[in-house]
This record gives sequence, C-alpha cells and structure tokens, in this order.
Amino acid sequence: MELEINGQMQNVGDDPDMPLLWALRDIVGVKGTKFGCGIAACGACTVHVDGYPVRSCQIPVGSVDGPVTTIEGVGSAEQLHIVQQAWIREQVPQCGYCQSGQIMAAIALLDEIPNPTDQDIDDAMTNLCRCGTYPKIRAAIKRAVSLGQEA
Amino acid sequence: MNVAKIARRTFLIGAATVAGGVAVGYYYVRKPYANPLEEYLGEGEAAFNPYVKIGQDNTITVITPRAEMGQGVHNTLAALVAEELEVGLDDIEVEHGPGDFAYFNGAMLEEGAPFAFFDESFLAEATRTFMRPIGKVLGLQVTGGSSSMIDAYDKMRQAGCAARHMLVSAAAKQWNVSAKEIDTANKFLINTVTGEKLSYGSLATAAARIDLPGELKLKARENWRILGTSPDRVDIPSKVDGRAVYGIDIDLPDMVHATVRISPRFGAESVSMDDTAALAVKGVEKVVPVQTTTGSGYGVIAENTWAAFKGAEALEIEWGEATYPKSSDALYSAIAKRLDSPADFSMRDDGDVDQAFADAPRDKLLEADYRVPYLAHACMEPMNATARWKDGVLDIWAPTQAPTVLQMTCAGLVGVNSEDVRVHATMLGGGFGRRGEVDFALYAVELAKQTNGRPVKVTWTREEDMRHDTYRPAMLARMRARIDNDGMPVAVDMHLAGQSVIASVLARTFPSVPPSGPDKSLVDGAFNQPYSIDNYRVSGSAVDLPVPVGFWRSVGNSCNAWFHESFIDEIAHMTGKDPLALRLELMKAHPAALGVLRKVADMSGWGRELPAGRGLGLAHTLSFGTWVAMVVEVAVVDEEIRIENVWAACEIGRALDPENIKAQVMSAAIFGLSSAMGQEITFEDGEVVEGNFDEFDGMRMRQCPAFHIEILETYHKMGGAGEPGTPPSVPALVNAIFSATGKRIRTMPLTSEIDFVA
Ligand code: FES
Ligand code: FES
Repeated sequence: MELEINGQMQNVGDDPDMPLLWALRDIVGVKGTKFGCGIAACGACTVHVDGYPVRSCQIPVGSVDGPVTTIEGVGSAEQLHIVQQAWIREQVPQCGYCQSGQIMAAIALLDEIPNPTDQDIDDAMTNLCRCGTYPKIRAAIKRAVSLGQEA
Repeated sequence: MNVAKIARRTFLIGAATVAGGVAVGYYYVRKPYANPLEEYLGEGEAAFNPYVKIGQDNTITVITPRAEMGQGVHNTLAALVAEELEVGLDDIEVEHGPGDFAYFNGAMLEEGAPFAFFDESFLAEATRTFMRPIGKVLGLQVTGGSSSMIDAYDKMRQAGCAARHMLVSAAAKQWNVSAKEIDTANKFLINTVTGEKLSYGSLATAAARIDLPGELKLKARENWRILGTSPDRVDIPSKVDGRAVYGIDIDLPDMVHATVRISPRFGAESVSMDDTAALAVKGVEKVVPVQTTTGSGYGVIAENTWAAFKGAEALEIEWGEATYPKSSDALYSAIAKRLDSPADFSMRDDGDVDQAFADAPRDKLLEADYRVPYLAHACMEPMNATARWKDGVLDIWAPTQAPTVLQMTCAGLVGVNSEDVRVHATMLGGGFGRRGEVDFALYAVELAKQTNGRPVKVTWTREEDMRHDTYRPAMLARMRARIDNDGMPVAVDMHLAGQSVIASVLARTFPSVPPSGPDKSLVDGAFNQPYSIDNYRVSGSAVDLPVPVGFWRSVGNSCNAWFHESFIDEIAHMTGKDPLALRLELMKAHPAALGVLRKVADMSGWGRELPAGRGLGLAHTLSFGTWVAMVVEVAVVDEEIRIENVWAACEIGRALDPENIKAQVMSAAIFGLSSAMGQEITFEDGEVVEGNFDEFDGMRMRQCPAFHIEILETYHKMGGAGEPGTPPSVPALVNAIFSATGKRIRTMPLTSEIDFVA
C-alpha cells in the first residue's frame, strides 16, 4: 500500500488494519508523530488527513483517503510554519512530547478560524500536556495570529 | 564496585541513616574520575574536562549530563559553562554526553539529609558536608530532587572558567605575551597588543594539555551576561519540528520491536501461559519470558510495535494470586491501622506535645484525618528502552533520569561489570521521578538476550505503563491541634502513615540491600516547615506493602504539604483568624517566608471583597530549598468548580533563568492541581484498575487557570525549580474551595465530593 505523506508517495506496509500512527512511525520512519495512549484520549498522535486534524492512532492505514501531513511536513528548515515560529517565540515546549500533536491541532484551528477567541481555543485544543504548557500554548496561538497579520 | 555495597551506601543516605555505615576515605573523595570524553573524541577534538570539548574547526561542545525531561536543564547547565568560557549559547553545541560516574550529583544526597533547609546548625551543616562527597564516591549520575543547578552551580562554572584559562594560557605562550594582554570574543582569542586573533579551536589541542593553577577565579555576579537572563532554550527548535529524539524514537540498523506484559499483581508470577494466538499475529516473531527484580512476565518480539502490541494482547496468561490486601479499601485499612498505634519515628518534636494535649478542653481541640490515594506519574511518553547485547558489550538507549544506576543494575543481567554497559540517554517525554527507575531498561536487556545481537526496542502500551508504575504512595494523616485563649495553636501533632518510598525503591532496585532507618520522605513537607509552634511534632510510620511506590514530583511534599497547609487553614477558620495573618505570625522567625507571603498577598489582592461563590485559598511550602507562597482563586459555576487564577511568589535565592523557573513553577502547579482534580489509582483483586487517560487524566486547556508568578532572590542559599511548585498548589486549591463553598474536603481526589468544570 502507498499513501501520500508530506507530499511524497510512501510505502505504508501491507496490513490495512495497522493504525496510521504505527505505519508512520515504524514503516515510513517519520517519528515526529507520537504515541501517547492509543485510544484517542491524548492527541499526541494528531496529524492532518486532507487538511483535517485526526488522531492517527484511531485510523487504520487502509481507510486513509487523502494526503497525510505530519509535523515534519508543515514547514521547512528554511521556513518554519508560522505556528512553529510562534511556538519558539513563546518558548512553549517543556518535555516537548505532546507538542507535535498540539502544533498540528493549532494549525488546523487557525486554518478554520483565523482569529480564534479563547473559547475557540478551549474547544479545539483538547490535547493532553502532562507538563502543563497550556498557558503558553494559548499565548502562542495568539502570537501566531499576530505574526500572520504582520506577514 | 560491588552493587550491594554501592547501594547500601546510597540508600542508607536516602533513608537518612547517617551514623556508621558509610566510610568515605579522603582518597576516594579527592581522586577525580577519568574524563569520560577522552573515549569519545572525534578527529581533532580536545577535551578540557568532562564538560568541555573543542574541535579544530572551532566547534565547542558542552556536556550537560542531566536528563532533559522538560525542565530546561540543558539550557541552564550550558549557560553555566558558556558564561565563564565567554561564549554565547548560540556558539556552542549542547550534548547530554555518555552515562558516567564522573557526572555524579552531589547535591541530591545533601537534600536527603534529615534537616530543614533553614537549619544551619552545626549538626545539619556537618551532615551536608559529609553527604556531598558520597554522591561522588558512588558516581550517582541522577536527575532529581530539583538539585541540578545546586549541584552544578560551582562545578560547571569552574569547568568553563578552567577551559578559558587554559586557552588564554596557550595563547599567551604562542604570542609570548602575558595572559593579561589576551582578550576573548566570539570564540576567538585576541592579542590586545598586536590585534592578532586565533580561534579557540586552533589552540584547543595545546590548551587542553596545560596545567591549571590551584584556584580559579569565577566571574562576579554583576559581570554575568547570560546567567540571570532567559535565553531561548537550545532544545526547543527540535521540539517544534519533530526532530527531537526520545527513547521511543530510537531506530537502529537491524532493530526489532517489542513490548512486555508484566504480572499485574505485584510480586506474582504466571501460573500458565498460552502463546498460540500471539504467535499467530502477523509480524510476531517470538514470545520470551522476563524475570527481573522489578517484575516478571513475558516479552513479545515482533517486526513492528503494532504487531508486538497485538501479540501481547493475544497472550493468554493466568497470573498468580496477590499476597497483599487486594482492594483499595483493604489497602487503606492496612495503612489506617498504623495511625492507631504509636508512630515509628518523629523528625520534629518541639516542646512536650503529649503534655500539651493531656489537659486540653474539648472546645480548644481540633482533630482531623486526611487521606490521599496512590497516583501514577503518567508521563506523556510511555515507558520504553532499547538494548543491544552483542560481543560482550551491552548498549542501552533510554529516556533515563539515572544512567549510572541503569549501568549498575543492568550489568548483572548479562554478567558484565557496570563499566561494560554503555548508556545512551535520549530526550525524555516527561520524567517526574518515574524515569529514575530501572524496570524499563531491565526488561529491554532481558529481551536483548534473546535476539542474537539484534537491538530490540521495547515500548510499553499506555495500559502497561499505568498499571506498572511506581506510584506516589497512598498516605493517611491524623492531625490535632490545641488552641490557646488568643486563638493561636500552642500544640500541633501530625502522624503520617504510608509506604516508604526509599524502602520500595531499594527492594526492587538493589534487593540484596537490607532496608534501613526512617525515611525522610514520609514526613517531608511537614516536619521541615518554617513554623514556630511551642509544642510541635511530626511523626511517620512506614507501612509494609508490596505496591511499588516511587519518587513522584516533589515526593513526600506532594501530600504532606496539603495535610500541613490545609490543617493550618482549619486552625485559622476555627479561631476566626485570617489565614494569611496566622501564617505571618507563625512564620515570623523566617523573613524569606514572610517575603513570599506578603508578595503573593499583594499580587492576588488578598483580603479583597469577593462575590458569593468565589474563594481565595493560600498555602506556603518550603521544599527543595525554595519558599513558595501560592494563592488559588476558584469560582463556582453551575455547582461546579472552575479554577480561575493562580498567583505564586517564589524565593529561590538565586534565579539563574527566571523565565524558565516560572515555567517550572507553572508546570509543577498544574501537575499538583491535576492530581487533586480527579486522579486516583485504585485496586481490585490486587491489580490496578486504571489503564489509560480516560480513567486517569490530567488537567486540560479549558480547565487551566491563568498564572501569575514572581521570583524573589533574597535568601542566601539557592533552591531548586522543578518541584517546589507542586506542594502548595493542592492546599491552596482546597482552601479556596473551602472559602468559596464552606466545604472542607479531606480526601483526595476532590472529585469524591465536588465536580470540576469539565
Ligand atoms: S495516541 Fe492517539 S490520541 Fe493518544
Ligand atoms: S510538553 Fe511535555 S507533555 Fe506537553
């Protein structure tokens, strides 16, 4: 089986039941997407399929029906995504383990609502962070909005 | 060194048994460890000391040998060296470096001394002086106890200073001028007479051979450029684009994947096992037994992690019976029984407590029992490790807080010396004390014995992680106070009972070492608080149960601070005193405590008129050398509690990176608040019930309050940053709920009596 991942066709193995998360990590070898719970409860595994945020531990690779974008595919070394830039400006990550998922969720939020309210942020940002970086995540989302307006 | 001997020495100290036992010869204390970098040098690289190496191409590498688990330790450690080496953080590469005894942590054991932080008596100081070198003799490379900066503050600045001194001397020789005539800038040495320049790298090899004078002069604080500021963290760029490598991301040529199923009943083994269905799972290669001091069960080796998980699920195993109280209720009863008999020990016993209570009239007496449950760490990254056992060398890649402890314990599984075990530390997806354990590495080594030299990465499921944690012990507290006619407490007596963390760690990590004296962590956060009360006793009783318990962010302080600070609040309420005024009075001997109390009162507008259904709660805890006063504000919304604001004033003595310290205090407070908001590990049939975040969750964004944190630097000793925010968060919350609702809750989690806005 092949899937488009970060703009490239990639072999994702031959087990259609394998969750996208494990195909990405163990077969394709893109490991920025993390395993946290395996039951859709934490969001560490969030990626975009066709631009929508999904919890990749819940989607069998056989039922992925669009191009997949992971944290490795949202920006480039020369030009980070504006949300990644905001994350650095606000010094968000602590252990960092949840942050790929948080950034993917934030990008999806801003694609849908370019200038979210606090309530919008609360509703969209449901991922767990055991290090408790939430106030900084909130600040970084707002920072991304202002960086976007400057640009 | 023999493991049992090492361990006995180590843990005796942790258990605060100082007298006898430990003989530390001057020779061992003085003799430096060999520089571990010598073994790993690249072409043209020169090592100046265990912390600094410089390449001919002018690449400067600073070794930051502590676990980066989110606390930003690599940044501040690197800053200590960079400050003295006169380079910027942008000018250097930062590496964790090899696991090695040379990177011992001396300060952590010092913190283990059974004295309050403010106790500077001869005995307290003598004990600390005595303990510091023991960390060196044992070579304990451990990250914990909020001790990294206290430990590194002198030694890593000295490492930078020494390297700079050697470079300057080499340049002086080269140019035949005096060292005074040499300046440094941007990784170059400058001859101020002629204007000539040479890179650090071009002189590195020559400089590394230069002898150091007996004493080096460190920069005065007013000349610091980096320390005391908050530079961007060096680890953050790799954490926003997916590049950071955690233990779970290790990928090696020819590697196989695996997971484990360890007995869910502690100490029990399997009675029968059928792996037919597991072996039928596509991609599963092998099922192998695992037998270690931390648990026994099976490993499933497969082509990929998913196959290993499915294989493990398909294993049919009947486990042996639990030989201990099987339910939460039965466990709580076993602990409660200890409260009815005299305590094992007291670590504070001022005045004559028994006498003070003997004739106390009923209406001057306050009594209360408190209870907290077992808690999991629930690090975001599930436990994992990778091991390779090939050609007589054992390699371990792991997100670990204790590389040299892994070396010592894993060596025995394959019958080599600890020197023949190489530990490669990765980034940690959370630690909180859980990753100072060795179980994840032991299992990986067990599996590596069965893969013919192929590396094996062992990843636990979340359920395996949550049901095989080393839990924060459940604790019960019996408190009483006698109030005088002015409404002041003249006697306070606290008896705390639960499992000893030290005894539990010791039994699974170094089973040949017999248990030792009283465990300070049983009473930590209660016996050593800066209160003056005439008759004041804090006692502990260790309950012997086989549930594995361990170091959970702030350890004993995590619950004892709640017992202490909510009980103080109860006293204030009973006597009609303002909780702030009462604390100011009782802590008046300690200006540092008064400073943070007044500051937080000011920040939070303590005493302001509040509408009904709103409350402020205050708490103060001195832990890990840092004095933290915290105020929490809650609002009742549709009969549910919403935490709206947290104010904290923290006296840390010296703030090496103020913004990072604030981030740690916030993180630590959220960690504590999360526990109070609903976390509980429960038991049925001897097994942990909760398996995943649907049953044991942490605070989420929509529940997160606003934080307002200030750092003070007036105390004459530096404190730690990673943990002190946790202890006061829970009592401040509980006290706020009391003030908003009149409900005094004495059992954790609070969800047993109230609901939080979801
Ligand atoms: S791993 Fe997918 S939601 Fe947690
Ligand atoms: S940064 Fe550690 S879990 Fe979010």
